[in-house]
Amino acid sequence: MHFNLTAEQQLLSDTVGRFLAKAYAFEARHKIVKSPEGWSREIWAQLAEMGLLALQVPEAHGGMAPAVVETLLTMTALGKALVVEPYLASAVLGTALVRDLGTPAQAEALLPALAAGEKIVVPAHGERGSRHDLSRVATAAARDGKGWVLRGRKSVVIHGQAADVLVVSARTAGAVDAAAGISLFLVPRDSKGLTVTGYRTFDNQRAAEVVLDGVALPGDALLGPEGGAFPGLSAAFDLGLAAICAEAVGSLQAALDTTIEYTKTRKQFGVPIAKFQALQHRMADMLIHVEQARSMSFLAAMKAASADAGERRRAVSAAKVVVGQACRFVGQQAVQLHGGMGVTDELAVSHHFKRLMAIELSLGDTEHHLEQFVAAGAGRPA
Amino acid sequence: MDLSFTPAEQAFRQEVASFLEKELPPATRKKVLDGLHVTPQETIQWQKILHRKGWGGPNWAKEFGGTGWDPVRQFIFEEESAAAGAPRLLPFGLKMVGPVIMRFGNEAQQQRHLPRILAADDWWCQGYSEPGSGSDLASVKTRAERQGDHYLVNGQKTWITLAQHANWIFALVRTDPSAKAQAGISFLLIDMRTPGVTVRPIIMLDEGHEVNEVWFEDVKVPVENLVGEENKGWTYAKFLLGHERTNIAGIGGSKRELARLKRIAALEQKHGRPLDQDPAFAARLATVEIELMALEITNLRVLSAEAERRAPGPEASLLKIKGTEIQQALSELMVQAVGPAALPFDPAVMDGAPPALDPAYAAPLAATYGNLRKTSIYGGSNEIQKNIITQMILGL
Repeated sequence: MHFNLTAEQQLLSDTVGRFLAKAYAFEARHKIVKSPEGWSREIWAQLAEMGLLALQVPEAHGGMAPAVVETLLTMTALGKALVVEPYLASAVLGTALVRDLGTPAQAEALLPALAAGEKIVVPAHGERGSRHDLSRVATAAARDGKGWVLRGRKSVVIHGQAADVLVVSARTAGAVDAAAGISLFLVPRDSKGLTVTGYRTFDNQRAAEVVLDGVALPGDALLGPEGGAFPGLSAAFDLGLAAICAEAVGSLQAALDTTIEYTKTRKQFGVPIAKFQALQHRMADMLIHVEQARSMSFLAAMKAASADAGERRRAVSAAKVVVGQACRFVGQQAVQLHGGMGVTDELAVSHHFKRLMAIELSLGDTEHHLEQFVAAGAGRPA
Repeated sequence: MDLSFTPAEQAFRQEVASFLEKELPPATRKKVLDGLHVTPQETIQWQKILHRKGWGGPNWAKEFGGTGWDPVRQFIFEEESAAAGAPRLLPFGLKMVGPVIMRFGNEAQQQRHLPRILAADDWWCQGYSEPGSGSDLASVKTRAERQGDHYLVNGQKTWITLAQHANWIFALVRTDPSAKAQAGISFLLIDMRTPGVTVRPIIMLDEGHEVNEVWFEDVKVPVENLVGEENKGWTYAKFLLGHERTNIAGIGGSKRELARLKRIAALEQKHGRPLDQDPAFAARLATVEIELMALEITNLRVLSAEAERRAPGPEASLLKIKGTEIQQALSELMVQAVGPAALPFDPAVMDGAPPALDPAYAAPLAATYGNLRKTSIYGGSNEIQKNIITQMILGL
């Protein structure tokens, strides 16, 4: 039991932090966000060069997986800098799906390219009716000779437009909400019948609506077992949850830091507003939320790949609950303590507020994960 | 970073668990698991059992007869002890005056007092608070005037926990009335049997006798009972407060209470179903359980940081706030679980009298709920803890 980092891990964390402090400073980020694509291929290439896109890629394919602590540190650094690149979508979720479910041929075709930053692979899973329910999939895949035909619509697919390949979930059997009967398919971006309509989200990330209108795929587009993709999907999303919790911690800490800084300089009635006890205690409450969230980001990272499914579910869902509550409280209070400046577009604080709100809604919100935690056995003896 | 316990730590946990299984008196265990008071004799008996095993000072260095355990082992010991239903070890000697005597006391004081703390031959109490002082401990008014080979002590202390059983008190006294607040305070060890010491009970809202007023009227305290230097008492008091807060998160105890809450929720009914299957109640319970999971990791983070710098830091304030909020939330949920059945009240139940009404588990819940309001007030109120955090993060 220890919380120390190795010298290499500390170096990685420092290096990423220094790089982003410059490359993703407020104005630089603003430019990236306002660019046509809404993210930066230049930054992406640099992340690849630093080895950060290879953290979830197995050694056999030129990567470093499992790099649990490295992923945690990277995500926290990305959160601090409010990075909008497709890191979570592709370097964590997409990569994990290909790695864990892919055939040797699929892995060889995609993993080295993912690690090198040459290809972007993102999951297209959520649907308008699914909310946070991972097993509710209405999009259907029907056999057509040796291949498949997909019909349906995927909603708020993060970085759908940036993807070279979408990992689309579709039902090949079972009722609409059954875990059994879900299959995954590798769908190239230029597939006929595939429409990807991109847009901006509230937190300045990019997402897309994905319509599959009779998309014909060859037999080898199937990723993982037919009708049996759910366990792999769920495992990858748990990894994603651990990652987004770590990202949240970076943003939470930054929101608190900027609030402390602001209250020390902003004067009212002749004194810095940080002198007011009502504000001091609010910041103490914020700190407690941040530290509890940090603790749970550690727990989630360590348990996200646990072989014990119940333990994994409880740890990861518990982490998202603590982090989700922190996102709301710290985000809202950071804005409040900035006063009028907090509700403008001009300071980092409102951008953290928006990202924290989006994190709370991503990969299952607080309420959803509280239910998951209960279902996984909160009622069993402690 | 590694959040799993090492094989050696797991083996240690097993050793503690088997010891508790074998040595903890069953009657004591049942009282603790049912949320009832243990007697002073039971507390002393348990300390003596631990002492025989060599575990009387879980937080003490080996040179003073302690176990020399690192913070993680101390944590495991506390967690296992609480889960098994062991009585809480008296903190006044082990966690308060003991460490102060080790650090600042002279050799004679160490030899005289430390072994008797380990063997539970002495029962210490803490004489800090005074009427009106609240969380502002530096406002000490109790006077100690040097008169030759002794101090003459006059004044009043209050909120003295379990002073009715104590034979020693460690007290903050003012030795220099002209000095400002923190300066001019000294740290005195006072034999409670000295003429002029009077203990008066304060009855709490659960009608329990847990705290007292202690009056000093011309009490003669030998000069050799001064710890460290005269007028440096505030330094020692602060050192003590840091140690007092180290385990104030009370993770082990809260895990035990969470288990009790779950047992109760499984037995209670709502809409004809077990209460633990009610979504609203299950969500509230899960929220507290999750907070506790997070606090356990936070606690371990603080312990491992302390292990590196060998002293408690201001993060202890965070543990105190969150730990007491969880303790209070658990007691509140237990009351909510049984509903109106929490209202019939007989204070004797807490001391083991059979409750007049069914279910027996409902009888102590209201008293405990009321009693635990103290946790966010004592040891520096949670608002004071927020001031400390503020100073730490804002540097004001």
